[in-house]
Amino acid sequence: MGVMDPSLAPPIPPGADQDAILRAVGDEITNRGFVIAKADKLFNWARSGSLWPMTFGLACCAVEMMHSAASRYDMDRYGMLFRPSPRQSDVMIVAGTLTNKMAPALRRVYDQMPEPRWVLSMGSCANGGGYYHYSYAVVRGCDRIVPVDVYVPGCPPTAEALIYGLLQLQKKIRRTATIARS
Amino acid sequence: MNENDLIDEAGSASESPLQIMADHLREIGQGIVLSSGIVHGEIELQVSAGNVPQLLLLVRDDRQAAFTQLIDLTAVDYPERKDRFDVVYQMLSMSNNMRLRIVATVSEGQTVPSVTGVFMAANWAEREVWDMFGIFFSGHPDLRRLLTDYGFEGHPLRKDFPLTGHVEVRYDDTQRRVINEPVHLVQEFRDFDFLSPWEGMHNELGGNAAKADPDKTAK
Repeated sequence: MGVMDPSLAPPIPPGADQDAILRAVGDEITNRGFVIAKADKLFNWARSGSLWPMTFGLACCAVEMMHSAASRYDMDRYGMLFRPSPRQSDVMIVAGTLTNKMAPALRRVYDQMPEPRWVLSMGSCANGGGYYHYSYAVVRGCDRIVPVDVYVPGCPPTAEALIYGLLQLQKKIRRTATIARS
Repeated sequence: MNENDLIDEAGSASESPLQIMADHLREIGQGIVLSSGIVHGEIELQVSAGNVPQLLLLVRDDRQAAFTQLIDLTAVDYPERKDRFDVVYQMLSMSNNMRLRIVATVSEGQTVPSVTGVFMAANWAEREVWDMFGIFFSGHPDLRRLLTDYGFEGHPLRKDFPLTGHVEVRYDDTQRRVINEPVHLVQEFRDFDFLSPWEGMHNELGGNAAKADPDKTAK
C-alpha cells in the first residue's frame, strides 16, 4: 500500500514472540502500575489514531467524503469521526470548490481549530481551482487561504483516494517530532 | 419542434389551443402588449419594461389564462443592440399546462419596475439579475447582490465582463485576513477550438480562435 512507515520496524506477527512482548507489557503494568514509552511517539500515536475531521463539504467532493465516512469504507475504523465544530476537530478536509465569498469563512473556521491542526485539500478545485481555474468567483487553490498538508487529486477523488490521503496524513504526523529541541 | 408541427397536430391554426391562448392574451393585454407570437412552441409577448407588473397581474388573475406561477426571471445581454438587455419572465399556467414567455427590452441604466408585489418568487430572481447584469429594479424591498462576493464590482454575465474578473483573493499573513488583489495568472486562458483536419467535420462550437487566428490552433 505504501502507507507503512519505512522508518518503523515491520509489525511482529502473532505468535510466541508477540505473546512474550504483550505479556511483558502486561506484567509491567500489574507490577509497577505504569509503562515507559517515548513521549513524542506516544503523542503522535494518539494524534494519528484519532484524527477528527471538520465537516467542510463545499461541492460534489463532499459526496465522496460522505462515502468514505459511511459503512463501506468507514473512516471510523481509523478513529476518524466527523465533527460539526472546528473547536473539536484536528483536520479540515476542504472538499470542493472554494469560492471567493467562502474564503473568509474557511479561514475563520481554520483559525478556530485548536493546534495541532492539519488541512487536507480534496479534489481538483481545492487543489488549484480545477475546472473553475479561470473563473471570476473561485479561489485558485485553497492553499492561497490555508496551509495544506496533503493534496488528494481527482475530480472528485474516490472514497479510497480520500482514505489513502488521510492515511498519508497519519504517516506524516507519525514522522513529525512533537517536542522541539533548541 | 417548430411552430408548424404544433399547428398540424391541432388540425388547423385557428383551433390550436396555443393559438387560442395567444389570441386571448393579446386581447386582455390590449394597449400593453407590443407584439405576440408563438416562438419555439411557446407563446411570447413583447412588452415595454414599465408595463411588466401590470401584464403579469393580468395574466395571473385572468380566469382563462391563469398563469399563476412565475417559473423564472432572467435577462439576456445583446451588446450589439442599442437597448442591450432583454428581461425575460417565464410563466406557467398549471390549469392549462401552458407556458408563457414575457420579454421586455431594456437599455443600460434603465429601471424596470419590480414584480415582487405580484410574485414573491421574483425577489431573489431580481436580486440575481441585478447582480449578474446590473439591471435596476425599482420598488424591490431589498435589492442587494445575491451571488457574488461582498464588495464585488462589475456584473459578470454582461458580455463585456472578462471571464477571470478583476480581483482574486489571498490570505495575508501580516494583515491576518483574506484580501483582494488584482488578478495575476500564471498561464493565460487558452481558447481551444475543435477544428478537425478530417473532411466532413465542421466546427460546431464556432471557436473564436479559428476565425481570428488560424495559427493559434496549433497550440
